[in-house]
Amino acid sequence: MEGALSGSRCADCAVAAYPAEPVCPRCGGPAEPVALSATGTLWTWTVQRYAPKSPPYAVPGTGFEPFAVGYVELPEGVRVLAALDIPPERITIGMPLRVTAAGGVPRAAASGVTV
Amino acid sequence: MTADEVLVCGAGITSFARTEATGRQLAEQAVRAALADAGLPWSRVRAAYGGSDAAGNADTLVAELGLTGVPFVNVRNGCATGGSALVSAVNAIRSGAADVALAVGFDKHPRGAFDPRPADWGLDEAYGRDGLMVTTQFFAMKIQRYMHDHGISARTLALVAQKAYANGSLTPHAWRRGPLDAAEILASDMVNDPLTRYMFCSPGQGAVALILCNRTVARDLGGSPIALRAAVVRTRRFGSFEVFSPWAPPGTPASVSTDAAQLAFEQAGLGPGDIDVCQLQDTESGAEVMHLAECGFCEHGEQERLLASGSTAIGGALPVNTDGGCIANGEPIGASGLRQVHEIVQQLRGRAGERQVPGGPAAGFTQVYGAPGVSACTVLTR
Ligand SMILES: [Zn+2]
Repeated sequence: MEGALSGSRCADCAVAAYPAEPVCPRCGGPAEPVALSATGTLWTWTVQRYAPKSPPYAVPGTGFEPFAVGYVELPEGVRVLAALDIPPERITIGMPLRVTAAGGVPRAAASGVTV
Repeated sequence: MTADEVLVCGAGITSFARTEATGRQLAEQAVRAALADAGLPWSRVRAAYGGSDAAGNADTLVAELGLTGVPFVNVRNGCATGGSALVSAVNAIRSGAADVALAVGFDKHPRGAFDPRPADWGLDEAYGRDGLMVTTQFFAMKIQRYMHDHGISARTLALVAQKAYANGSLTPHAWRRGPLDAAEILASDMVNDPLTRYMFCSPGQGAVALILCNRTVARDLGGSPIALRAAVVRTRRFGSFEVFSPWAPPGTPASVSTDAAQLAFEQAGLGPGDIDVCQLQDTESGAEVMHLAECGFCEHGEQERLLASGSTAIGGALPVNTDGGCIANGEPIGASGLRQVHEIVQQLRGRAGERQVPGGPAAGFTQVYGAPGVSACTVLTR
């Protein structure tokens, strides 16, 4: 399941999007599928300190623990929303991250660390 | 045709505190109050526009108000419901289709956070299942980046909320009427870093109605009409950063509020420097900070100094959210935008009681921002 994120990119204006969209969200022209880079930097983040409403949220079997989320800026010029597998106290804007598609939402961890 | 030909002659508001009343009952109460304020009977209203997000259709109010045959258009436009109703009422007056028009906004929401479903937003179910469809996360991430870029501190966020509760304590119709100081606000539970519990508004209830008239009717009524110089609604352009987005474009995010504010000032022939009192969307503290700059009232980053010096308090150079805003009044989605206009009308009339801005304010501004990237702004003058 783990791998690169499948995005799209406009042939004309080079705007990239995630998940892949058939048309460019800026100019409306055709967009081509593209595998997005697996590394980027953290643009912004927060921590979900309380359990979101269930449903739709599925509480993990081990119970709710606060978790971090953020937008990771990739070299294609797209910021991807991802769950961050990083302890909140170690998160800083601009930190390098590795992003993976893991069957659910994209997940990101500090680069160099194997998930 | 000049823009000052639309006048607010009547303004009515209900309490925004939690009661057993239904949304429709609140709306009826607000309409009756606005009519009484204008000194006009319901039968004089020639066009009506209104709506709620979650409390029913405005046009059904004719059953209680009177079956006069008036054209009554329902508006359901999320956070811009009130603004859109107002724009429609303005256009009815400007076009000559009506000489008296009503705009009404009302709502009543269950307690707790709003409850969106992934499919309604075109998102994969995984975003809901994994806990990424939480509106407060978006607000937190937006201000987190803004603080990083422009040197805004958590204390400034707390000062925004402290001011909201202070102003709410002076506002009879506000929901939250107890003051809270910055230290208590900072020490309350962290919801989504950097935003704590007391920095957020909650879904609530309330209704607001405005009676708009042309110059001829306003002159006959006498009283103290307020000129509605501009009322505009805009949707986002490419490049903005919005709630529930699986991705966002690079660069400095574009702001739909900047677009709407600029257009409103252009229509009014005024600029931010002419404004004496304003109401800005404060879904949480960070929103008010960002909207101050997005609407042109200061440079990005200048808010740090403005809040610390009390410039946005009632006695300051530019009082913001004099009725306590959404933080003290809650967020009944359909009513919020018109609550802002109601507050400016009362301030410009000099009828804001304990929370009156001193010195006889002559011009005011309102700004609503909501999902999915919509903004409504108005400019009003005495
Ligand atoms: Zn394009």
